[in-house]
Amino acid sequence: MRSFAFWSLVTAILAYMTLPTLVVLMTSVNPTEILAFPSEGVSFQWYEKALTYPDFQIAFRNGLIVTGFASTLALIVGSAFAWLVQRYSFRGRGLLEAVLWSPLIIPHFTLGFGFLLLGGAFGLQQGYVMIVLAHMVLVMPFVTRAVYVSLANIDPNLARAAANLGASPFQVLMRIELPLVLPGMAGGWLIAAVLSLTEFTASLYVTGSRTQTLPVAMYNYIREYADPTVSAVSAMLIIVTTLIMFIADRAFGLRRVLAIDTH
Amino acid sequence: MTQRRPFFITFLAPAVLTAVILVAAMFEVLQYSVRAFIPGALDVGGFTLDNFTRINRPIYWWVMLDTFYISFLTAIFSLLLSYPVAFALVRARRDWVRSLLVSLSITPLFTGEIVRTFSWMLMLGSDGFINSMLRKLSLIDMPLQIMYTRFGVVVALVQFSMPVMIILLATAISHVDRDCEKAAANLGASPGAVFWHVTLPLTLPGILSGIVVVFAWTMSAFSTPQLIGGGKVLMIANLAYLQGFSVLNLPFAATLSLIALVSALGSLVLMKSATSRIEKRLAIA
Repeated sequence: MRSFAFWSLVTAILAYMTLPTLVVLMTSVNPTEILAFPSEGVSFQWYEKALTYPDFQIAFRNGLIVTGFASTLALIVGSAFAWLVQRYSFRGRGLLEAVLWSPLIIPHFTLGFGFLLLGGAFGLQQGYVMIVLAHMVLVMPFVTRAVYVSLANIDPNLARAAANLGASPFQVLMRIELPLVLPGMAGGWLIAAVLSLTEFTASLYVTGSRTQTLPVAMYNYIREYADPTVSAVSAMLIIVTTLIMFIADRAFGLRRVLAIDTH
Repeated sequence: MTQRRPFFITFLAPAVLTAVILVAAMFEVLQYSVRAFIPGALDVGGFTLDNFTRINRPIYWWVMLDTFYISFLTAIFSLLLSYPVAFALVRARRDWVRSLLVSLSITPLFTGEIVRTFSWMLMLGSDGFINSMLRKLSLIDMPLQIMYTRFGVVVALVQFSMPVMIILLATAISHVDRDCEKAAANLGASPGAVFWHVTLPLTLPGILSGIVVVFAWTMSAFSTPQLIGGGKVLMIANLAYLQGFSVLNLPFAATLSLIALVSALGSLVLMKSATSRIEKRLAIA
């Protein structure tokens, strides 16, 4: 009886967490402009409108450019940084770590504002360079963390054995360590890509009307119109991110990458 | 591990470069916050502390208090709703139940704030899901006003913060030594007493860090108060955006952004010291 009450409570809480997502999916196939719950019929016209609406098309392309560059740069710099934290000790390491982990704490609007002002100082405001840099800084901690965890799990004897057998440091790095860390890097890169693709607040500051990313375009649409087009875009985003996270979990062990331990 | 190894500079250079760019961006915020505002111009004047004295007006104090109040409510409700889920996630006997709970509770983290805020607009609007359902069940005649209220903003913010809270709580609960619980039960404690006197105190560090992390996160919330608050609920991020992009007072917007950053950092420093004190006490007990 006690356990029944407990699981009912858990189910109710999970319903509260999941219901908004289900409602978005439901409204995205609403047949008319006026929403009805439950909807009377199914229509894919809003998907068609979302996919052909020029603002969303441009914003999606912008988003892909930004996400591609930002998450790949974050992968390179974040991996190098993870190696640094794991394997080297040097003066100023604590300070460097404090700065590079801080985007987890800095409010996104403060960070976006900072990059907007910095861009202004160099005549690069609302350009791709500043958007990519802002996104890269924001998502890098997640890559660093993923790579750091995989590096920490490598048996140090493997590198020692290779070195004993005559491998140069470069060979040890490329043929022993890198392949072992690759799953962690791939998982971190996927998380970085998803976070960058859906980032909104900092993007609102650093993008302009020509360089806006998808979430910014959605925000501008919501403020002007109230039809289910944004539901369709949201539904597609939900499906894509869920799929990516599912793949990341299956292939690289998302729980390990995020360091969530349940046991 | 401590000796210099090859590739040191290769690994160091990109990290240092990134850190310099980030520090430069934050320095720009600091620099603007001590500049004079010239109305009608994007260029700023000389150095001044006027922006900080300007905060000392009732309208701005109300926004700050509201931000603190909303963040506090969000942290408390997020804790109350997340604890049972985290507990179930760690203690469920079946593997598939655990996997299902992890996916359901973590996935919302990755859909992004615009999708999540928009979905709450569909839920809470006067013709939204909740009002439609209540009307269908004939529980209400007039739609409830949930959009554009503090209550509506908190309802959405709690759902946003729960994945993070659940992760932190699940980690704390998984570290509880089950033997302590068994010992208490053997000595005659009821299941409720075991939870209240053993499990809950042992997870206190996790609870505390969950509350502070969610509090700090919520303080910088932007899109939820912006869209669900609709101008009726102003948090510090919305005020900063308004000052920066409508009034074009970049120096004052910078001051507000800086205050938000300092508040977030400050609450985390407070948490660090509080958790280490609690952990020490737990270690003694």
